[in-house]
Amino acid sequence: MAGTAKIALSGVRKAFGSKVVLDGIDLEVEAGESLVVIGGSGTGKSVMLKSVLGLLAPDSGSIRIDGQETVRVSGSGRVAMMKRFGMLFQGAALFDSLPVWENVAFGLIQGLRVPRERARDIAIEKLAAVGLDEAVASLSPAELSGGMQKRVALARAIAADPEIIFFDEPTTGLDPIMGDVINDLIVDCTRQLGATTLSITHDMASARKIADRIAMIYHGRIIWSGPADRIDDSGNDYVDQFVHGRAEGPIRMAVRDS
Amino acid sequence: MTFLAAVGRTFLAFLTAIGRLSIFTAYAVMHCVRPPFYGRLFVRQMIDIGYYSLPVVGLTALFTGMVLALQSYSSFARFNAEDAVATVVVLSMTRELGPVLGGLMVAGRIGASMAAEIGTMRVTEQIDALTTLSTNPFKYLVVPRLVAGLTMLPVLVLVADVVGVFGGFLIGVYKLDFNPSRYLASTWQFLEVVDVVSGLVKAAAFGFLIALMGCYHGYFSRGGAQGVGAATTNAVVSASILILSANYLITEFFVSGG
Repeated sequence: MAGTAKIALSGVRKAFGSKVVLDGIDLEVEAGESLVVIGGSGTGKSVMLKSVLGLLAPDSGSIRIDGQETVRVSGSGRVAMMKRFGMLFQGAALFDSLPVWENVAFGLIQGLRVPRERARDIAIEKLAAVGLDEAVASLSPAELSGGMQKRVALARAIAADPEIIFFDEPTTGLDPIMGDVINDLIVDCTRQLGATTLSITHDMASARKIADRIAMIYHGRIIWSGPADRIDDSGNDYVDQFVHGRAEGPIRMAVRDS
Repeated sequence: MTFLAAVGRTFLAFLTAIGRLSIFTAYAVMHCVRPPFYGRLFVRQMIDIGYYSLPVVGLTALFTGMVLALQSYSSFARFNAEDAVATVVVLSMTRELGPVLGGLMVAGRIGASMAAEIGTMRVTEQIDALTTLSTNPFKYLVVPRLVAGLTMLPVLVLVADVVGVFGGFLIGVYKLDFNPSRYLASTWQFLEVVDVVSGLVKAAAFGFLIALMGCYHGYFSRGGAQGVGAATTNAVVSASILILSANYLITEFFVSGG
């Protein structure tokens, strides 16, 4: 039902120059639900996620959080909205000038004005939640492996107990085992918080693990969505081709990105 | 026709860049006067720009002062005006060479590192991460650098003035056999407050331009390592050109106004 969804996109369009990236996205995420959007490279996944986050402004359409319009909200309204969000970036995006614990506590110290001592305690608690002990807290992010950086980034994303968490390709660049560890952590952490999550990925193993519902994006439109356990009998040729990773099928991969 | 199209495209790209830079500058200046302020970052930038540039700027000024003394002596000896050496050294240093050479050296040192640091933060999504952690990247990254550039360059140039005059004094006394007290007396004789002040005004303007170019090119860099490299080059080149052209405008203002 319109208006009750935690996140609701309708008719979202975004073009860069003459290249249309989002061509009327309609998507709803219910409160407490985990929605995973799958799709190939260059189909508009990242742009969609950045539009919901407010890092990009869509050309038209509406994006509502709890029924409230967020497009073209800026200044203090935007900051207030960001405080309800957590985001796990594809490349972790840790601040390399700060030690691990300050990375995790960053949103608390800078955004929420929590005193440093208290923020450090919370950071260490959150690091423990992602399986990292206190010794890691004072290291610099550059000293960590890719999997550990992802864990720290996850701890940072959940540090302020956000209502909504976004995951951008959470398992990209990790080996399958570490990918599964991260998937497990994502499921555990978001369940514990009771958070609503919106993820994008092209890793089907990850999608199956963390999704309640899956939607597929192709050429800037949502072409299918349904419960995660229906992904194998979607009855949609595009979804089938993607799920089974076949080169042959209705989806033609563009060799050039632009 | 293709020629005209190319000219048109270049012209449009130029106008786009001017517009983008104007908005960037307006935004940055606006955030300079609006809380929250990050005192810790401001102090770190001041140390980085002010303290760690001292050796570079000091050596530049020392050798410049020495060369000035030698050159002006050998030229003025042709019409028996050797006594003007001290005056030429002090006026050249304070009015022109201190700020301009100091500014150019700092542009190479600081402008490049700002563009590289902010550019890397851009391409690794750290700037997006700042936004999602309720921290305005302008306040956190740009404002401390602009204010530190604006305030520390005059301090550096004041040091450069003193070191430059000292370089001239060394050559004058130990190589050209001037009487030390007479050299110092003629250094002071024709020096006016406006000479030093005009140099410091220039320095403040150059410091602002260096930081602005470093932040601007870093902030809009794209495309991985190559993009960051290009941003670094552009930051140094544009800062240097702006320093030289702003130098003319400020000189014009002081010469005709004072």
